[in-house]
This record gives sequence, structure tokens and C-alpha cells, in this order.
Amino acid sequence: MKDFAKLFADLDETNKTNEKIRILKAYFMYVPDADKINTLALFTGRKPKRQINSTLVKTWAMELSKIPVWLFEESYQVVGDLGETIALLLPEPEGSQDKSLTEWIAEINNLASLKEEERKLWLVSSWAVMDRQERFVFNKILTGSFRVGVSQSLIVKALADISGLDASVLTHRIMGNWDPLHFSFHDLMQEQDASDDISRPYPFCLAYPIQETSTQVKSAEEMELALGNPEAWQAEWKWDGIRAQAIYRDKEIFIWSRGEDLVTDKFPELHRFMMDLPDGTVLDGEAICFSGECPLPFNVLQTRIGRKNLTKKILTESPMAFIAYDCLEYQGDDIRSMPLKYRRSILEKLHAESPHQDIFRLSAIVGFSNWKDLYALRLQSRENVAEGFMLKRIESVYQTGRKRGDWWKWKVDPLSVDAVMIYAQKGHGRRADLYSDYTFAVWDGDKLVPFAKAYSGLTDKEMSQVDQYVKRNTLEKFGPVRTVKPGLVFEIGFEGINQSSRHKSGVSLRFPRILRWRHDKKIEDADHIEVLRALLG
Amino acid sequence: MTQPLLQFNDKGIYCAAGDFYIDPWRPVDRAVITHAHSDHAYWGHKHYLAHSLSREVLYYRLGEISLETLDYEQETLINGVKVSFYPAGHIIGSAQVRVEYKGEVWVASGDYKLEDDGLSTPFVPVKCHTFISECTFGMPIYKWQPQQKIYDDMNQWWKSNAAEGRTTFIAGYSLGKAQRILQGLDLSIGKVYLHGVIANTNEALERNGIHLPEAQRVTPELVRESARGGLVICPPSAVGSIWMRRFPAVSFGYCSGWMSIRGAKKRRAADRGFVLSDHADWEGLITAIKATECESVCLTHGSTASFSRYLREQGFDAYEANTQYGLEEEENNETILEEKG
Ligand SMILES: [Zn+2]
Ligand SMILES: [Zn+2]
Repeated sequence: MKDFAKLFADLDETNKTNEKIRILKAYFMYVPDADKINTLALFTGRKPKRQINSTLVKTWAMELSKIPVWLFEESYQVVGDLGETIALLLPEPEGSQDKSLTEWIAEINNLASLKEEERKLWLVSSWAVMDRQERFVFNKILTGSFRVGVSQSLIVKALADISGLDASVLTHRIMGNWDPLHFSFHDLMQEQDASDDISRPYPFCLAYPIQETSTQVKSAEEMELALGNPEAWQAEWKWDGIRAQAIYRDKEIFIWSRGEDLVTDKFPELHRFMMDLPDGTVLDGEAICFSGECPLPFNVLQTRIGRKNLTKKILTESPMAFIAYDCLEYQGDDIRSMPLKYRRSILEKLHAESPHQDIFRLSAIVGFSNWKDLYALRLQSRENVAEGFMLKRIESVYQTGRKRGDWWKWKVDPLSVDAVMIYAQKGHGRRADLYSDYTFAVWDGDKLVPFAKAYSGLTDKEMSQVDQYVKRNTLEKFGPVRTVKPGLVFEIGFEGINQSSRHKSGVSLRFPRILRWRHDKKIEDADHIEVLRALLG
Repeated sequence: MTQPLLQFNDKGIYCAAGDFYIDPWRPVDRAVITHAHSDHAYWGHKHYLAHSLSREVLYYRLGEISLETLDYEQETLINGVKVSFYPAGHIIGSAQVRVEYKGEVWVASGDYKLEDDGLSTPFVPVKCHTFISECTFGMPIYKWQPQQKIYDDMNQWWKSNAAEGRTTFIAGYSLGKAQRILQGLDLSIGKVYLHGVIANTNEALERNGIHLPEAQRVTPELVRESARGGLVICPPSAVGSIWMRRFPAVSFGYCSGWMSIRGAKKRRAADRGFVLSDHADWEGLITAIKATECESVCLTHGSTASFSRYLREQGFDAYEANTQYGLEEEENNETILEEKG
């Protein structure tokens, strides 16, 4: 635990990517394998189950801190994080401990069999032997709120460097349903894949945007110049749903969203078609609402996702379908390294054989013989309830993550980014009592840099939800402005973009506006500053 | 009806019996100054009284002023009111002001800390009836570690930066923090440079007879590349400036009590945060207040509402006062001076 607490502190104390990788590598080389896999689990969001609820943790910490409840609450307001507040307020430690991370996690898991009084005794005596940093990290693990400012790709990079395994292989192996009790570091590092997790998805292949601004739209000629012969490319509409991977293995189905959430239960309509696929099939596609032959706009899907229970009403109002565009596994074989045209032929065969053509849909290939035609067609995207085109090289393999060159998204309204809200301010007039003016940020390495302010674009209902969020997640107040805990992602549209030395981000946007609230995205999924810089041309 | 010996009005802390102010923020005839920080020592008063070790810094910061000085525990009479200074341990020359009239004693703390920082004369508790205390860090989440621990971390960090060919920057207020940082540095690691404002402040302190470790002023002529491996002490306002960006491979640390909160550190976007404060922490404040054996305590700076409520619940007669203190340095004169430095 000492090593892990130090790792966390060290990572906290640098903003430099290379330095983070160096710290991670040094840690992974030093700690025992069991700690390695537990660390990996924590860093990829696989937290141990919460055994004591935060209210009890808080109550017991309050008793120990010997300060009045209101003062504890005010301290919490200032600090903005419960685990940290407790770490700061507990009395000085009476001793020290040298249990490993793995041992502590085992103790946390053991709490399930203990009575409340025993849990309390355990927690109080655990705190008594930890220093402030250990307590902080421990509290975060205990309350299930562990988060680290290190992207998964950095951890993978560090592990790849020390193991000699390919980063894309590791990225794949750490996906899906595994836990450190049943999947060891040794399993992870095997030459041959040792996992028996049938739910495990493949890392998604992600597209780069074709860079355009409103004053610099790519002409057909420029597309020709950039991408070459149209015959080497396959064009499909870019659907406005949720990217998903549909898995059918050993008579079990799993649906994963791009954010690596298991969403099988959210889309019951898709289950039947998946059960009728041949065993050992994995499809990549878009989960999207359909009415008859027509895809419905994203907000229909969004409303559905927002609901806790799938009532009959919702199921009738927003029925789901799956638009498949790739096949990653066929008859139990990983076929990602086969060219797209081959994978497509398999996909078409699977589709033709499916008795559920209304649910299992094929992403149609849009025929074009020159870029001029496609350019003209793209302007009809909105009529097709699409966001533009996806362009995929016919000979391309299915890549891991975002790699430049083979997959491009060519949006009809290309000027948009996914951004994280970080500051909020009350509005004027009708909105005077609501936090309705927001500042948005994109990632710059591991930091969020503000780049635009926007206030229009949300419905009144959404605005009051955001208002609630702001009030509950304020980190700091500067006059009328609140610094908000990063947590909400929005798609921000704009008319143009300019270089700006006055702004921290180095860019200024023309007419930024909120296009929509991306409930389906985590803050890690927000765009990076490079996306904006690239738009500068 | 007798008036309180000291009262808060829209200009500062006023002593009606002696017709003078302590740390006034609007121009007055007679100002008694606890210390030279810009939120306590404003420009424009007719006459100043301060501790002798504040003399040169006050002249440097405020120009030609009419200034009279006292040493610690030396007494003077202002219109029949006894006024004397006691060490506050905050920065060099910082003082608590003891005011006595007809047997009643009030003490205005200015800013203070309890730890002996090796530079300023250590804090001394002064018995009084009413204690006007700062409480910048009057929340139980603030607990300081001994300064040597912080210095060790700082030197360790500098050493590893130097090994990687980086230029280390540490930001802290130019009066007080900067000298503490300088004092704590292990000069065998490399060369230390000072931002112009800090170099000026140090020169002022030296004119006052304070001896400080040798360090080089950053001048326009300095070849920035030669600072690689060295350490530059700069005021917070210089962080992120073009001035700072001209140095090669900068790694920057921020030095302040606020750094004890993870979120505050993140917002500074500092590579490192060092929790080094010139103010008392929670325990320090309570210890100091108890030691005065005061009947009433009046709170200024920072968490006045929470801290006074807490003290009241503990049986103190505590209340908060509205002042203009606490806008320490940062956005005040530093930015203007920076242009020259
Ligand atoms: Zn001060
Ligand atoms: Zn002050």
C-alpha cells in the first residue's frame, strides 16, 4: 500500500506524459505481480465492490476527528472530495503498516462477511496505522471513488515497454470482464492469450476527423489529393447512435459501449438477433433507435438511456436496432487482421442468413465513383439522419484505437468537439437563478484546458439538471463563477476557429454553442486539444 | 457608554482613544503597521509607525513616507495610549500590536505563525483582554509539517530536475516566502536565481541588516540557457508569463499553504505543490488564542465565519470582523513591479 500511495502521489505531482510513464514503469518493475494486476484493475476502473457505504465511513471519520458535524461538512465543501477530507481530518497515526495493496484489497473484500460493529473496528484500526497519503488512497478505494489522472493508454504503454508485448495486444487483454482474483499478471503477460473471459470485447477502431473549418471546406479535389483513388475506399453513412460491440460466444450475449460499459440489459431488442448468430461472432456497429425504415434522431435514444427502467412506453416509443458495419470475430476466430473487404463479405453473409432483418441491419455502402459525387451526397446527410460519412480503406485491417490513415469521419457539420464542463456561472434574465453559462475544456495531455464559453443549446429541463450538478459538485467559488468537478461531457458546435494567444488553449472559437449533452461519454472520451489545433489548418 | 478600545470601521482598525489606525486600507493621518505585506501596509497615510525591521521594505514598496520605527517590546505613547510591538513570526519585521489604555489591553495580531522559520523573530503570545487574530487557515483541514521536511522535498525535487537538465522554478510571495525558500535551499545542488522583484526585496532587507544567502538576479542580459539545472525563485504573478517561458525546460513548483488541498494544487497546474505557509495552521491558531488568555477574540482573514462559530462552541467570546485583509500580495503590486524587474 505504501508503494501504491506513493505511486499515486508521484503521478499527481507531474503533468508530463513521459514522466508519468517513467513513474509507472518504475512502479511495475518494483512491486509483486499481485499488486501489479490489482493496480491495473484499479486504474482501468475495476474497483472492489463497495462494502461500507460512504455515509458510514463519513460518520465514523467524524467521530474520530473530534470536530462538530457542521465543521466536518464545511471542510468537505472546501476540499471537495470525501476521501481527501477524511484523510486531512483524522488524528495523527499511532503507528504504521506495511501490508501490500493486494492484502488491503483482500481485507476490503472480506468485509462482506463482517457485522457493522466489526467493520467499524476494522476501519478505525486501519486508519490508525496509515499516513495521510495512504489514508487518502485507501479511502478512495474503500468508497469506490478511485480515479486516477492517467489515461489507460499510458498504463498500457508502460506495461508494453517492460513486457515486450505489443500495446494493442495488451489493450485488448485488459478489456472486458475480469477481476484480479481470477486473472493474474502472469495470465496477462502470457505469450498466448490466457483469458477465458467470453465477454471480452475488442478495442474499438476509431476514426480521425477530416479537418475542415467553415471557411476552409475540403473540396472534392482536395479529397482526391488526400485520399487518392475512390476505388480504394468504402463510404458509409455516419450514424448518430451509440457505437457498440455485439458479442455472441458460448450461447451468451454481451453488448459493450465504446466507453467500455456493459450495456446488454439496456437494449433487450437486440438480444434475439444476437442469439441467432453463429457461435463465436463479434460485430461492430451502432445501436440506434428506428421507426420502420427510418433511424430516429439521437435525442430519442438519449431520452431512453436516461431512464432507469425500460417501461413498455419507452420500448414502443424508441425501439432499437443495430446497424452493423464490421465483423471482428467469426466462428471464434479473431479476424481483425483480415482486410475490410473480407470482413465485409462475412458480415454480409451473416446478415443475409439472419431471420431478424428489421433489427440486424447492414450499414449500406454508399456507391461513388468520384469524390465530387460523394461531396454532393454528403450534403444530404441530415435527410438520411446521418452525421456525414465514414470513409474506410477497403484493404485496411481493424486497428486498435485511433490510428491515422485508414478510417476517417467526414462530418457534414464538422465543427464540433466533445468537451468537459469545468466552470459555471449564473445566467441573466430568465436564467438568473440557474447555472446556465458554462466554460468548456478539452484535454491537453492529462490536463483539461478551457477553450470556449457557451450558454445556449440545452432544454430547460437539461439546464436545471446541469444546475443541480453544478451545485453539488462545486470545487471552488470565484465571485459568481464556480469551478465544477469535471464530470459532464457536451458536444460543442462552432462556426469558425482562430489562433489566439490570449487564450490558454491557443484557439478562440466563433459562435460556440452546445449541440447536445453527451450522457454516453465519460470525461476521458472528450476530445484533445490537437483536434482543435488541427482545425486551424 | 465607553467605546471599545479598538473598533473596525471602513478605513481599518481604529483606536479612538489614541486617534490612530492599525493597518488601515484607506488613507489616514496615523497608521500603525503590523507588517509590510501589501494588504496591511497601504500607500497614502500621513504618518507610519512600524517595526524597525520593516523599514527598508516599506521604503522600497511605498517610497518616501513619514516613518517612525520601534523595536520589539519598546513602548511609545500615542495620545496617551500605550503602543508596543511583539514578534508575530510571520515575516521579517512582522509584529503584533499591543495597545493599552486605562488598564485595558488589546492585541492586533496582523498575520502570524507559530513555527520558528529561522528568519523572522519567533511568535510570542501576549496576554490581553481582546485578541484580534487572523485566521487565514482557520479550518481543521490545514495542518502544517515542519519546514525542514518541506525543504528536504524541495531540494530532492530540484536535484532530480537538475539531473534531467531542467530549470526549476519555485513560486512564492516575494516578501517572506521567497526568503524562506532561499534559506531552505541546498546551494550545493546548483545556482539560484531571483526574479527582479525578489532581488529588490532582498536588497531592501539587507539594507536593514538582514543577511541572506547569495543568489543571482535575473537580468535581461542573462543567457537563459545557462540557468538550466538552476533554480529560479519567482513571485506567483510571474508563473506562465513570457518572462518564465523564455527559460529552457521549466518545471515549476508552487509554495503555499493552499497547496495542502489536492484540488488547489491541480488548479495551479503546478508540477509540484509545497505546503509551506507563513500563517498559523488550525492547531496553531487555537494554541495562540488560548495563550493570550483573552476574554474576547475577534477574527479577520479567511475562514472567519467557521472559525468564530467553532470558538464560540468551545466557550470563547468570538466574533468576526469585516476587513480588507487577506488579498495577500498576489494580484496587487507584484504585477506592476514585475514589468520593471
Ligand atoms: Zn501577511
Ligand atoms: Zn494578511
